[in-house]
Amino acid sequence: MTVPLAVTTPGAPGGLAAQLLIIFLAAALTDNILLTRFLGMCSFLAISRQMKTSLGLGVAVAFVTTVTAAINYLVHRYITAPLGVEFLDLIVFIVVIAAFVQILEMAVERFSPALYFALGIFLPLITVNCAILGVSLFMLNKQGYGLWQALVYGAGNGVGWLLAILLMAGIRQKLKEDKIPAGLRGAPITLIISGIIALGFIGFSGMVKF
Amino acid sequence: MTTFLIAVGTLCAICVGLSLVLVVADRYLSDYGRCRITINGGSRSLDVRGGQSLLNALGGEKIFIPSACGGRGTCGLCKLRVRSGGGPVLPTEDPHLTADERRDGVRLSCQVKVRNDLDIEIPEHLFSVREFAASVETMEDLTYDTKRVRLALVAPPEIAFVPGQYIQLQCPAYGDNPEPVYRAYSLSSDPADPRHAEMLIRLVPKGICTTWVFTRLKPGTPVTFNGPYGDFRLHDGTGEMIFIAGGSGMAPFCSILAAMRQAGNPRPTRYFFGAKAVRDLFLLDEMKRFESDLPDFRFIPALSAPDPTDLWNGERGLITDVVGRHYPDCRDKQAYLCGSPGMIDACINVLSGRGMPPENIFYDKFA
Ligand SMILES: Cc1cc2nc3c(=O)[nH]c(=O)nc-3n(C[C@H](O)[C@H](O)[C@H](O)COP(=O)(O)OP(=O)(O)OC[C@H]3O[C@@H](n4cnc5c(N)ncnc54)[C@H](O)[C@@H]3O)c2cc1C
Ligand code: FES
Repeated sequence: MTVPLAVTTPGAPGGLAAQLLIIFLAAALTDNILLTRFLGMCSFLAISRQMKTSLGLGVAVAFVTTVTAAINYLVHRYITAPLGVEFLDLIVFIVVIAAFVQILEMAVERFSPALYFALGIFLPLITVNCAILGVSLFMLNKQGYGLWQALVYGAGNGVGWLLAILLMAGIRQKLKEDKIPAGLRGAPITLIISGIIALGFIGFSGMVKF
Repeated sequence: MTTFLIAVGTLCAICVGLSLVLVVADRYLSDYGRCRITINGGSRSLDVRGGQSLLNALGGEKIFIPSACGGRGTCGLCKLRVRSGGGPVLPTEDPHLTADERRDGVRLSCQVKVRNDLDIEIPEHLFSVREFAASVETMEDLTYDTKRVRLALVAPPEIAFVPGQYIQLQCPAYGDNPEPVYRAYSLSSDPADPRHAEMLIRLVPKGICTTWVFTRLKPGTPVTFNGPYGDFRLHDGTGEMIFIAGGSGMAPFCSILAAMRQAGNPRPTRYFFGAKAVRDLFLLDEMKRFESDLPDFRFIPALSAPDPTDLWNGERGLITDVVGRHYPDCRDKQAYLCGSPGMIDACINVLSGRGMPPENIFYDKFA
């Protein structure tokens, strides 16, 4: 069986590249997983206090989202769908993500101790980041995705999450928490800011059409 | 029906497949080869399998580092100085290290993974720690939740320890406990009888090791422990000594008092034993005997919540209040405390509030 890498009409020059670019931008900006679906919120709230940790977690999430979206696409297409057990997708995806993160952790620890210590607790934390599972599940709803599209869709979402947490970290570093009423400090003000950023992101939907 | 079977089959197959991948990955990715551990500037060196924790690597070579939590990074007892090769300090170690220790390269050996050659320092006295095979000689109920367990040593046949020190009892895999764990217990034995090791063990509900002690240990059961550890012991001085400990915290004092009797130690000594009600008191006869054998010793039990049926005309109240009432001024005295961290911190507060210098307060936290 050959993997259909793309379902664009053959002959359309630059068709695949253009389509992938649109998928990427749509996933990262207009349909930002964090700002429009509010997935991956708990680590977003907890970690976005500092730029450095935000970057570490964001990069890790982006990487894992990209790869797991592709793996889960293959699992769905060649295992669960042909067997008619699509209802297992959810649980299988969870297991795949957990296993992948485990292996990734071992590999990073072995080959790049510096990165391993920099990421610290973030790698294991990612297993329970719902944004990653969300991306794999939403991908199934997209019509006509091939492996490339799945990969780019995953990357777009991951980068979108990274972008959102970096924006928030930037804002929170500027924010003087002591000027905020006590009841709004911490998570509440972060949620309000997220809402405002999300509104701003709607502007992108005028630029990028699905 | 077929869908059901296919679903179960698929799920199992995927899980098994992923587990296999993980096992293979673990085999190849976590293989750090052999690593050399240089100890105390080269006075010893070990060749160990990489990938395990430093604590376990040393344990495998029969060098026993104290660890009360079994390597979970919560007890902070397994500290060692790692001079090179330990990598950065992990977040799990952070809360246990002071600024000074961090500068000196002190690490929790259970959290340091052996990934490459290491250069470490181990205090000389830890080399005298041995592993002991013993068998239970007697088990005696002291109260409804505390037992005195007496072990007869098999090999080596004798243990040399300083009264106040503790050992680590191995609780083997049993029931829901998948792997052997070690728990610290202070020795209550008379140091003049090195062929036995005695402990006072209080049941912690749902506790792994204490449940095993209370349900599985019988006279004749073989057990393994290692030790001795710890620097809780009597310190020189002439002033009055205040012992404070309730429950199983009495253990090290049994041993210390026995040694004092042996030596005819004349220092004025008061032992405050905090308990809730009469049913929590134990070894009262033994304490009476110490009172008559020692030149200047008194045992002062205090009840914080006596039952209405308890006939009690001794001290009442929280142990901190009782001690506070007895000693308005603690300047030239020494205090020895044993028990839960909360109790110890509260007592230190009271004692230093009454002028006791911190260097006169010695304690062993049971956690
Ligand atoms: C230096 C030292 C000396 C000690 N000496 C003695 C001694 O002489 N006699 C004695 O009985 N114990 C002593 N302990 C405590 C002992 O080592 C164990 O922690 C205790 O027996 C519980 O072990 P476990 O495996 O049954 O419980 P675990 O399975 O480890 O714990 C179960 C739960 O109980 C909690 N817990 C653990 N210990 C206690 C506690 N002491 N009180 C309340 N909750 C607890 C844990 O947080 C956990 O949630 C000493 C500890 C230290 C560090
Ligand atoms: S063994 Fe307890 S902290 Fe390391």
